[in-house]
Amino acid sequence: MGLDSYIQLFFSGITIGSIYAMVALGFLIIYSSTGIINLAQGEFVMLGGLIAVTCHHTLHFPMPLTFLVTVLLVTVIGTLFEITCIHPLKNPSVLGLIMITIAASILMRGIAMFIWGKEEHGIPTFSGDKSVSVIGASVPPQVFWILGVIFTVLIILFLISKYTLIGKAMRATAADRTAAHLVGINVRKIVLLSFAVSAGLGGVAGVVLTPMTLMSFDRGTPLALKGFCATVVGGLGNPAGTVIAGLLLGLIESFVTGLVSSHYKDVIALFILIIVLFVKPSGLFSKSEEAKLKKF
Amino acid sequence: MGKNNYIKCALFLIIIGFLPVFVSNQYYLSVLVFAGIYAIVAIGLSMLMGYAGQISLGHAGFFAIGGYTSAILTKFHNFHPLQAMIIGIVFTVFAALLVGLPSLRLRGHYLAMATLGFGEIIYVTSGAATGLTEGPSGFSGVPSIALAGFTIKSELSKFYLVWLVALIIMILSLNIIHSRIGRALRSIHGDEIASNAMGVNVAKYKIQVFVYSAALASIAGSLYVHHMRFVSPTGFNLNKSILFLIMIMSGGMGSLWGAVIGAAIFTLLPEFLGVFNDYDILMYGAILLGMMMFLPHGLTGLTTKIIQLVLSKWKTRTQNNP
Repeated sequence: MGLDSYIQLFFSGITIGSIYAMVALGFLIIYSSTGIINLAQGEFVMLGGLIAVTCHHTLHFPMPLTFLVTVLLVTVIGTLFEITCIHPLKNPSVLGLIMITIAASILMRGIAMFIWGKEEHGIPTFSGDKSVSVIGASVPPQVFWILGVIFTVLIILFLISKYTLIGKAMRATAADRTAAHLVGINVRKIVLLSFAVSAGLGGVAGVVLTPMTLMSFDRGTPLALKGFCATVVGGLGNPAGTVIAGLLLGLIESFVTGLVSSHYKDVIALFILIIVLFVKPSGLFSKSEEAKLKKF
Repeated sequence: MGKNNYIKCALFLIIIGFLPVFVSNQYYLSVLVFAGIYAIVAIGLSMLMGYAGQISLGHAGFFAIGGYTSAILTKFHNFHPLQAMIIGIVFTVFAALLVGLPSLRLRGHYLAMATLGFGEIIYVTSGAATGLTEGPSGFSGVPSIALAGFTIKSELSKFYLVWLVALIIMILSLNIIHSRIGRALRSIHGDEIASNAMGVNVAKYKIQVFVYSAALASIAGSLYVHHMRFVSPTGFNLNKSILFLIMIMSGGMGSLWGAVIGAAIFTLLPEFLGVFNDYDILMYGAILLGMMMFLPHGLTGLTTKIIQLVLSKWKTRTQNNP
């Protein structure tokens, strides 16, 4: 096996890994501000892909408009999900909240099947299908779009959380909800915002992924599972660790599939999850003292 | 286990005894066999979730281990169904310890994550290990279950067998709940730290109830393949784990009888929702979401609430009109 196939595996790994990283970051943002593991996270990616399909094929929007409208719609769906399903609950238990998000994910999948049917849908790639040659390996140009868009979003997110007031408020809420409330942060607004941002991240991942792999109503759950693995491996509370864990999972999955066997492609991430829970349950990139303070 | 539960057990026995008199249709009888099988899983899961307060998102995995062990051993290796069932339980207990030991030592809901991963691993493996399981299409020709020399083949005899097993497991579980272990479990559900301080070995009890519920799922899995006489991975995916959760949620957490009722409802409901055929997933989602938001204590909670309401109305009326 030549160098070019390794490079090919590397690119496909880092592409799918960046999608996992987006989903994982979505998990993390909602978890930080609310303590909820939102198992409907993968459905946002699915909705992003399928709404983009409708925007492009039925409404004939150009690609940039498709992108904007889709991400906006998914963000609205995420916010509505919080307003209608999570917020009205009085004293919910962790168990109840997990079940609600599972129920919502089943419902979203059902609605998607109702609207778009069971078939796979696709949209054209952003800039043609002519492969780019990287050190002898041919890489589809969409890969660069996926990596570019996702890393731009990540950098923007990082800058917002680091330097703006709203970002600081979000970090304060993540650190301690009660204390944040006491210093005058509108926690309710932050919770809504975190659902909106998480859904938006899912939407972005969905739009950029669909030209590569097509999209159907049942694609959300596997993505949620893997994103979830990345969140736990990254240590539930460490954004950089989560992104690295997502990329690592993608790379490991791609190399194992390419070099060993493709039968067990979907269990590699889960297997890593169980090993991490066994060996270092606080995650690879987080201190165990920190993990002891967490509710979940 | 309390006078109340003796009456309920007797009532349960009477219902099982006379139900086939009213259900002559073989197909519906077969559906009721499935209801009994799921009731066994639901009882175990209800003990884990309702009493110990732990979430399992992977009970379909244990169900699959029991099912595949029974199917493979009886069909290809001429084991007796009971032997195969017991070997299945041994495998399941081993798997449950493997998943449960690391995750139950920790506080919180690591078990939910670990079981979610475990269930998917078993599901994918059962489709990918073609040498052992014949792959995604599965195989048929699993023999019927046999007991003391009799092969149990007709729907009626399967109905009685499965529901009698469910009754025995029910009595066993009720006894566990009304013992020292049950009280310990409820204290863990109430507050882990407080019960630990009172001298309850939290980790030990959590592991025990987790393994117990996994073993019940394995027994149910064995009965399932002997009833279907066919096995394939589709019966054991994440949706099945979620269906088990829906059953105990709808019945009401912390009520074993509620779990049985929930299992019966959600096995029978799809038969009546036949008009929705492909869109049953939409119905499941809507029903589960509605239940979680408006009936957090399930149907048993609703019934108690209605009874209390009627009683209090009746009391105020008798007080006003002496």
